[in-house]
Order: sequence, then C-alpha cells, then structure tokens
Amino acid sequence: MSSRCLRLWPAFAAAALLCLPACEREKRQFDSPSPPPTPASAPMMRATPLQPGNAQLGASSVPTAHMPSTDYRYENNAFAVSQGKRLYRWYNCSSCHAPGGGGDWGPALSDDQWVYGSSPANIFASIAEGRPAGMPSFAAHISEDQTWQLVAYVRSLSGQLPKDVAPGRSDTMSGREPEAGRDRERPKPMEKSDGNKR
Amino acid sequence: MAADADDGEWPMAPKNHASTRFSALTQIDRSNVANLRLAFTFDTGLRRGQEAAPIVAEGTMFIASPFPNTLFALDLTRPGAPLKWKFEPNPKLAAQGVACCDVVTRGAAYSQGRVFINTLGGQTVAVDAKTGTELWRQQLGDSSKGETITMAPLVVKDKVLVGNAGSELGVRGWLTALDTASGRVIWRAHSTGPDAEVLIGPNFKPFYQQDVGKDLGVTTWPPEAWKIGGGTAWGWISYDPALDLIYYGTANPAPWNAEQRQGDNKWTAGIFARNPDSGEARWFYQYAPNDRHDYNGTNENVLLDLQIEGRQRSVIVHPDRNGYVYVLDRATGEVVSADPFVKVTTTLGIDRLTGRPRMNPQVDPRNGEVVREVCPASPGGKDWQPSAWSPRTQLLYMPHQNLCQDMTAYTASYISGTPFLGSEVRMYAGPGGHRGVFGAWDPVKRRMAWAIPERFPVWSGALATAGDVVFYGTMEGWFKAVDARSGQLLWQFKTSSGIVGQPISYRGPDGKQYVAVLSGVGGWAGAVVSKDLDVRDRTAAKGFASAMADLPQYTGKGGSLYVFALP
Repeated sequence: MSSRCLRLWPAFAAAALLCLPACEREKRQFDSPSPPPTPASAPMMRATPLQPGNAQLGASSVPTAHMPSTDYRYENNAFAVSQGKRLYRWYNCSSCHAPGGGGDWGPALSDDQWVYGSSPANIFASIAEGRPAGMPSFAAHISEDQTWQLVAYVRSLSGQLPKDVAPGRSDTMSGREPEAGRDRERPKPMEKSDGNKR
Repeated sequence: MAADADDGEWPMAPKNHASTRFSALTQIDRSNVANLRLAFTFDTGLRRGQEAAPIVAEGTMFIASPFPNTLFALDLTRPGAPLKWKFEPNPKLAAQGVACCDVVTRGAAYSQGRVFINTLGGQTVAVDAKTGTELWRQQLGDSSKGETITMAPLVVKDKVLVGNAGSELGVRGWLTALDTASGRVIWRAHSTGPDAEVLIGPNFKPFYQQDVGKDLGVTTWPPEAWKIGGGTAWGWISYDPALDLIYYGTANPAPWNAEQRQGDNKWTAGIFARNPDSGEARWFYQYAPNDRHDYNGTNENVLLDLQIEGRQRSVIVHPDRNGYVYVLDRATGEVVSADPFVKVTTTLGIDRLTGRPRMNPQVDPRNGEVVREVCPASPGGKDWQPSAWSPRTQLLYMPHQNLCQDMTAYTASYISGTPFLGSEVRMYAGPGGHRGVFGAWDPVKRRMAWAIPERFPVWSGALATAGDVVFYGTMEGWFKAVDARSGQLLWQFKTSSGIVGQPISYRGPDGKQYVAVLSGVGGWAGAVVSKDLDVRDRTAAKGFASAMADLPQYTGKGGSLYVFALP
C-alpha cells in the first residue's frame, strides 16, 4: 500500500500546483486583514460634506483612517467579490449607480469612462473620501475590508476581473449579461468638458 | 376660470393660478402657423435637462436653469433679446449626488418686481427683476439628508409656496410658505407625522371616511416609518381665489418597496387642499394608498368649471401617474369621475363609494419575485410634464407616456443621504410599441378626443392658444404645432436637442405674439443622454434606460432657448 501511495505522490503534487490560482479564488477570510505595518503616506481627506448616516462622523478629515498602502486585494477571490455584490445593494450603491452598474443619479460604473481613475486605489478613494459633485464619503461608515470587497465588485461591472472570479449570475432581475460575461472595458482618460460626468 | 383677456405675460410656469397654460393671444392661428419662423435663440451653456418654463414679465424673459441653477434675464425690448443680467445662486456641488432624476428645475416665478427661484441645494432665493441683485435667500432643505428642491415656486397673495423633493431618499415631505418681501417662513405643512405637523385641525373635512381620524400620518405607518416616509411636494400647486384654497399633490411614500411600510401611508400619493394664509388642511384625497409603484400624486391640478351631468361644477382635473384622469370637486375632494387614459393593470378601477382604487394583487411587487406587465410603469401614465387646457375646445392637452414594466422588490436599508428604494425596474413600451402620446382628453365625455403616438415619451409640457393651435416638443427635438380640434400637424421645427421643457406664449414689446421653448434633453426619461448612462444596462435610470436605449441615436445634449414668431 505505502509503496503505491508513494508512487502516486508526484502526480498529486503536480495537481496541487495546478490548483494554486484556483485556491485564491476559493479562499475565505473570516477576519479583516490587519492594517499594513507602516501607515500609508496620505491621511484620508473627505472630498465632500455629504456623509451617509446623518454625518455624525465629524469634520472633513478622518484622523484615524489612512489611504491604504496596497491597491490590490480580492481581485482573484470569488467569495469576496460576491460579498461586494451583496454590499453594493446593501449600502444603496445599486440604487444610485443602477443594479447593473449602468448609472442613474450616480455615473455609470460599467463603461470605459472613469473621471477619478479606474484603479482599485482610485475606486477605494472614491468610496471612502467621496467626490465633490455628489459621491458621499463612506469612510467610517463602511469598513476598510468591505470597501475592498466593493472595489473588486465595482471593477467586475466593467469586466476588469477574471471571468472565473466575477459573478456569473444574479439573485435578482437582471438588466444585462452577468458580470462574468462582460467584455473588458478599456478605461479612457476623460476630459471634464461639460462637467457632467463626474 | 381662465380669463379670456391676456396681458401677454407669462409670470408663472402654469401661466395662471388655475394652471391652464392657455394663452389668449390670437395672432398665431391655424391658418398662419405654418409660417412660424425662428426669431432668436439663447444658449444657457448648461447641458442637463431643461424642464423649465421661461417666465415673461416687465419686457424681460427669465430662464431658470438646471444645476447650478443660474437665472438668466433676457431683454425683450432690444433686437435679439440680449442678456440683461444673470444671477448665480451657487448651490452646493454635493446636492447633485442626491437628485434622483437629473438636476432639473421646473422654472421661476415672477411677482411685483421680484423673481423667485429654487435651488437644488434646498434654497429659495428672491432676486430683483430689474437688476438681478439678490433680495433674500432662505435655506429650506438639507441636501446632506437627501433634500433638494426642483419644483417651480408659486406666488399666492404675499406668499411664495415651495415644496421639497427627495422621496427616493426617504426625505419627509413638506410644503412651506415664505413671505415674498422678507423670505421669512410663515408656515410649513408636513405630508407625514402627527396632525399638528401636517397642519390638520378642526377645519379638516375630507370627503371619504378613511381619511378621518387622529394622527393618521403616524398610525397608517409601521412605528417611526413616517419620519423617513417621503411624500414630498415637488410638483405643481394651483390656487382658487374664490374658495381661497391651494391644491397640490404629495409624492410617493418611501421606500418604493411597499412591504417595508404596511398601511395606507398617509398623507403620501394624494392631494391636499389648504388655506394659503395658515397652511391649514381643508381636505385630502389619496390616489394610491400604500403606493406600490412609485405613483406620485404630484401631477398638475387644472382648476376648471365644467358642465357635468347637467350641473355646473367647480372641479380639479388631474391626470395621475396611476393612469386615470381624475375629476375632483374643488370644494370637497369628492371624486366626480376617474377614467383610465392608458393601459392599466395595477388597479381594476376606482371605487365610487370609498374613492379607493381596487388593487390588482397580481402585479404587486413582492420581495424576491419579478412581476411583469406592470402598467403604467413607475413614471406613470403621465409624469410631471404639465397639460394645457383650452376653454375654446374644452379639451385637456396631455403629453404622456405609454410604458409598462417588470419590477421586483427587496428590503432596502435606510442610510440617510443615500437612496431608499428597495425596488428594481425594467421599462418597455406599452400596447402599440410607441412610448409616448400627445392626447386631447375630454373631461366631460371622459375619453380621448384624439391622440398622436410618438416614438419617445412626450416629456415636454403643453401649450394651448386661442388661435386653436397647441404646441409640444418631442425627445428627438421636434417642436410641433398641431390643430387643437383635430390634432393635425400644422408646423414643426427641429431644435438642437430633445425637448423636455414647457412651451409658453407671450406678447413682445413690439406687439407680436411669440412662442418660446427650452431645448435640452434630460430629466428621468432623458438621463440616458444628459448623464451618459450605459444603456446596455436595462436597470439604469431606475429602469428607464430599458425603454430609452435608442435615445442617444436620436439626440445629444443641449440647453438652448428657441423663440418663434410670424414674419
């Protein structure tokens, strides 16, 4: 028996190696990751007076919060992205930017136009700090970890995530093909010609 | 009630307190309207939905603009109507983030040398009509809680009446009266909550028994829900000087998802009659108890005296979003008649004894379930775009939609300053495939006299004139003149953008009759263009994108005034 097992071992190891990327997809985190060892350079500054939840959270700067030092998290993790999809509705993002991300009173998140940048760090900043022309500042209302889940999901709306990570179905009425079925948009530099798209 | 003599001015968006939008000027008529020519234009430089009516008084035209709510004054006494002054109220930038349906305004109001505007940032501002200098400014709404102001103010006696918007964010609705001279708040009447705050007292005498009782604005809600219950007053106000009553509608309850607010949700989605001096409520009628489909009650109330079943009656004619044209008794709030003008699946008629709609439970949205063929769609058989009445033809000219929708509900979290909907929608054309109609309704015979199908929702206002010509605009950008008696197209002009504004007519200082309209697509229906939405997503713009996916092929953004006259 043992000799047979030993003979199988190399094949098993090879299969495990092949599995590694997929394991990231399946990985679940039950604790928020600890903050980076050294605080990031820039303290977080609110870009708008608009704060959800009655603005009891104080003035323009958020002294304890810092812009995250990493700009990459969860983009290969299907569980986190599906959490992001749930939170997208939970925090009413879906009513402002539309359930399918096509935009409503907030701008579309599913196209190639990104006034404030399309990188994960840019989107994190938009959610946390807000933007002057209407995006509320959610810092201290949404945890950093949940914000990252939202960032990853928001990027899936324009096809930026791997197909096997982006959600493949919707629990509700759909407005278009699921996030996993969307072609990757190539974000264009935008000029604020008429100030409308921001 | 419309006077036959016309002073040639257009001092308020509905033209007069009866809200007829009827001009008694007769130079332009059926025989010569085909010769109508462009007289001058003016570019506002803004590219959001232009839903306002130009205001004309003192030889000047006043144009209230979408955010940032610049007020322009054009000198009509000089050739080409050059800019006389402009006033920039500088509303808060962030207010754009809480305006549900584009950053529109429906116009200014003129009275006794003052021009009044409302800003998206929740302020009412009085400006000197001659100089454009600010006279006073009053902060009425808090945009950080989602409150905005998009309605056109109305001046009644020495008060300017203003209502808030934001039922899509769980804002608690109110109408308020300010002193025209000082801006001081004289009264504020809420649409939900205890009687003392709704200004319901001993003189409140609703026609129907279900509206009688103490603090119904509290008890017809789950505990505390009235505090975030909507019922804003973002629509139109009319005034009857004989009865000394104002009439206005209250908006949808919040959230859209009715499962989160069991009960009739008073006093939302209905109409109030109030004393303009004290704000005290006289009567109320609810079009949509426990509104399940975002059927606001905020559409226009046209005050008419009609011969109904052999009897002269003082009535309100009100085409509601729920798809019925109501005729209500102005003094009592009794429903005289209510007849559908579009396909209606959500209700099975209006009960004559109780005034309540008979609901069709099959198309009630339920959590986690998609219901189909909800007709009319959430913008209703007709939305804010005001009708016009001609006393000559006795017809109500109604710009409106022909839309149905699929709909689902979910439990929404209330987070102040963010949307409070709990609903997802996909709209599409109703029977016939056309998405809009311009129709002439006979409120006595209770039927359409004629109707013109249009490709897109007719989101502009209507204008009726004593020359028996009726004007309206389309979302492709056509400005049309039709025969008031037959609906036959007599003239049309293609403007640079889709028309969602309110046409008006005035007599210029040169004695000529002019017709004016703002062109610039937008609003809820036109947001796919004015806000660059992604029309591949059928849920965009609260599902309106689903019905408007081809609009960008027909029009781009705009924001220009067009004024026409005979050569």
